[in-house]
Amino acid sequence: MIGVGKAKQYSNVLDKPLSKGKQEVSLSAFSFLFSELVQYNQTQVDNIAELERRLEDAGYSVGARVLELLCHREKGNRRETRLLGILSFVHSTVWKVLFGKVADSLEKGTEHEDEYMISEKELLVNRFISIPKDMGTFNCGAFVAGIVRGVLDGAGFPAVVTAHFVPVEGQQRPRTTILIKFAEEVLRREARLG
Amino acid sequence: MAAVYSLFIINKSGGLIFYKDYGSSGRMDTNDSLRVASLWHSMHAISQQLSPTVGCSGIELLEADTFDLHCFQSLTGTKFFVVSEPGTQHMEALLKVIYELYTDYVLKNPFYEMEMPIRCELFDLNLSQAVQKDRVALLGR
Repeated sequence: MIGVGKAKQYSNVLDKPLSKGKQEVSLSAFSFLFSELVQYNQTQVDNIAELERRLEDAGYSVGARVLELLCHREKGNRRETRLLGILSFVHSTVWKVLFGKVADSLEKGTEHEDEYMISEKELLVNRFISIPKDMGTFNCGAFVAGIVRGVLDGAGFPAVVTAHFVPVEGQQRPRTTILIKFAEEVLRREARLG
Repeated sequence: MAAVYSLFIINKSGGLIFYKDYGSSGRMDTNDSLRVASLWHSMHAISQQLSPTVGCSGIELLEADTFDLHCFQSLTGTKFFVVSEPGTQHMEALLKVIYELYTDYVLKNPFYEMEMPIRCELFDLNLSQAVQKDRVALLGR
């Protein structure tokens, strides 16, 4: 019978105000959890590409949920329908809720029309992670790339999203760039909308 | 003159998992550092047993003519110790800082295997910064 009293209190769930959400969680607790996530997935795969894919999938489901929640909470049940709109939604709104800050930069790829990049000097998930030399270019930011893909896919902007380390001049640590490559149909639709 | 000669981290069974020397004095080869580590582990354990005080947690400071050895043992039995110039101050604080770096950059790293030698780029980076800062603070005084 647990919960009966509660259900009566809000006879209509839509009357209940949506909670603002917990503003901050412990970074240590998150880091340990994320570390376990990576370690668990590592036991399930036999190559690095597979590990990257699994982390991305884990992020994808986070992204899909985050989109749903934020559209309801921050945007009054509306979602972005234009390319630049959704990109800045990811870059600012999503990033702020997930990482407590706006992403360092959002740029358009110089070589290809359909590529956009979100860069972070120090991605939160990578804060305590050192990649061993034998794992090459593997980046745990794949999880964040998955989140971005989840948000974009849910909003109707299918894209291929990958995370890369990019060395910065004069800095010991490389920054992480989330590379977003939109599907052809997205660009065609965007061109039609003008 | 370097204040800190070298830093050791040993796991709960006495194996050396991290060794770094700073400056020229007291430099050791791999075999010697391993020997010092396991020797210290045993001495620490024996001192705990021999101590007349109840609930003794082992040697914290060893003072010799040519060096001081400060030791800090975490709750899980990992020991951190620095060999420094005699009379160097604030080594306890430095050890705490190093412990903090260990919990952050080693234990939260999914690619680190417990009780195994530490090979984490971020740990090395932050460690050298912490020791450097300590050295600057010493020179400033």
